[in-house]
Amino acid sequence: MTIEQQTRAAGSHSEPALSVTGVTHAFGSRKALDDVTLEAPGGAFTALVGQNGAGKTTLFSLITRLYDNRSGSIRVLGYDVRRNPAAALSQLGVVFQSRTLDLELTVLQNLLYHAALHGIGRREAKERAYAALRRVNLDARAKDRVRALSGGQMRRVEIARALLHQPSLLLLDEPTTGLDIGSRRTLIEEVRRLIEEDGIGVLWATHLVDEIEVADRVVVLHKGRVMASGAVDELKARAGTDDVGAAFLAVVGESDAEAAVLSRRALA
Amino acid sequence: MTIANAAPRAERGVTASGYLVCLGGIVWRESLRFLHQRGRFLSALVRPLVWLFIFAAGFRATLGVSIIPPYETYVLYEVYIAPGLIAMIQLFNGLQSSLSMVYDREVGAMRILLVSPYPRWYLLVSKLIAGIAVSLLQVYAFLLVAYFWDVQPDDPIGYLTVLPALLLTGFMLGAMGLAMSSVFKQLENFASVMNFVIFPMFFASSALYPLWRVQQASIPLYMICQYNPFTSAVELIRFALYRQVEWTSLAVVAGCSVVFLAAAIFAYDPSTGLTSRRGGPDAAK
Repeated sequence: MTIEQQTRAAGSHSEPALSVTGVTHAFGSRKALDDVTLEAPGGAFTALVGQNGAGKTTLFSLITRLYDNRSGSIRVLGYDVRRNPAAALSQLGVVFQSRTLDLELTVLQNLLYHAALHGIGRREAKERAYAALRRVNLDARAKDRVRALSGGQMRRVEIARALLHQPSLLLLDEPTTGLDIGSRRTLIEEVRRLIEEDGIGVLWATHLVDEIEVADRVVVLHKGRVMASGAVDELKARAGTDDVGAAFLAVVGESDAEAAVLSRRALA
Repeated sequence: MTIANAAPRAERGVTASGYLVCLGGIVWRESLRFLHQRGRFLSALVRPLVWLFIFAAGFRATLGVSIIPPYETYVLYEVYIAPGLIAMIQLFNGLQSSLSMVYDREVGAMRILLVSPYPRWYLLVSKLIAGIAVSLLQVYAFLLVAYFWDVQPDDPIGYLTVLPALLLTGFMLGAMGLAMSSVFKQLENFASVMNFVIFPMFFASSALYPLWRVQQASIPLYMICQYNPFTSAVELIRFALYRQVEWTSLAVVAGCSVVFLAAAIFAYDPSTGLTSRRGGPDAAK
């Protein structure tokens, strides 16, 4: 371990849960992300808002190292995902947009598998699995097959799974897709509770503006560029409206480069 | 606040015992899934048995197999094609377990696997080992049924000596599936994999007919069969069932295993890899 790494490890609690700096990513000639810089602090709910195709999933793929970022840097709790992927990934819990549970296996088996992927032995894994399921109020369903659960319950199991290895950053990629209003509210309440109890940092990607309402901070991503970032109230104040949806559209509407730079500077 | 003890948590990602836990978990899940999917087990068993009971029985009269090593007497056609069918089980299994991850709803499973903090190469090798474990279950179930059909090696020890050969051929065919799963975007479903990979590999090999017969029919085809790594897999299994080592086949299978595995690791490595060239976020869904 180099001195630099030691220093970083010792001081890592002061690092933001996630910091993305100057990341550009292109598929062929199409830039999916263009000089993206954003931050998700620990203990806060950060909403990553953007329409479909804004680059949210690409950003998540880079953070989870499905692709490598060719430019800029991505740090999870100070650990660079390229230079120190093991440390970065072990601080990261992910709920992907598509369902990733084994439908044929039980809830508990799904969680034990994930624990094993993080090197957590069987006995400890079982304790943690039940603890995590209690937090999302699903411990009674541990022995049920996932197929028997509702969509909202599956999402909550995925959150429990993402928490098993006690990450510092929780990424959720449009987690409320396909859920009814009641399940959506439950999901959001549970994630808020996690933030308060654990001080975990949450980055919640969504295209539903009403989900910004519950966030502490918001990052607006539009056509691969960060159009605005900061506290939700700041966004509303800047757009001169009390309505989040209108504020979002106002920001996205200023899609010329100058306005984007200005809005970023204003919030810096 | 729990973030304060984050540093020791980060260390946990790379302990030696953690590696074993990770491997164990992957094999455990793969076996569980296999046992839950009775249909998959059944079709894995029925497919070679159809060949054995119907195809081989029908062709027994038309295709005489002369005495060629490792056989020391005339053997029934059923006995001749058994090693080919075993290799076919492993071929199906290797391609199915690798490709299903990419093309079916299972993509998510691959993503979950790859967010593990362990190195990519280790995760892929673990995944391969899990696939081999499942293929061994299938092969021995097949050998058991074949035993009652009087298709058996000349000595029961053959059931044991074939095991290392099966491990190696399973590794090669699984690694091939993994490498293919990362490279070919066009192979959208299993039917096209059957058409373009499984059938050509299986038929252009020594699985169904000895190569000297192919040589009589067509020299180019004979060359293709000879250089087909599947032929080497079949021959390695055939000789191992008769307690012998076919060194050329062993070398080919081992060499191909290394090449396919290296290709798979290369393709799944995010920095060199091909996953990022697949044309956008939708390719990952």
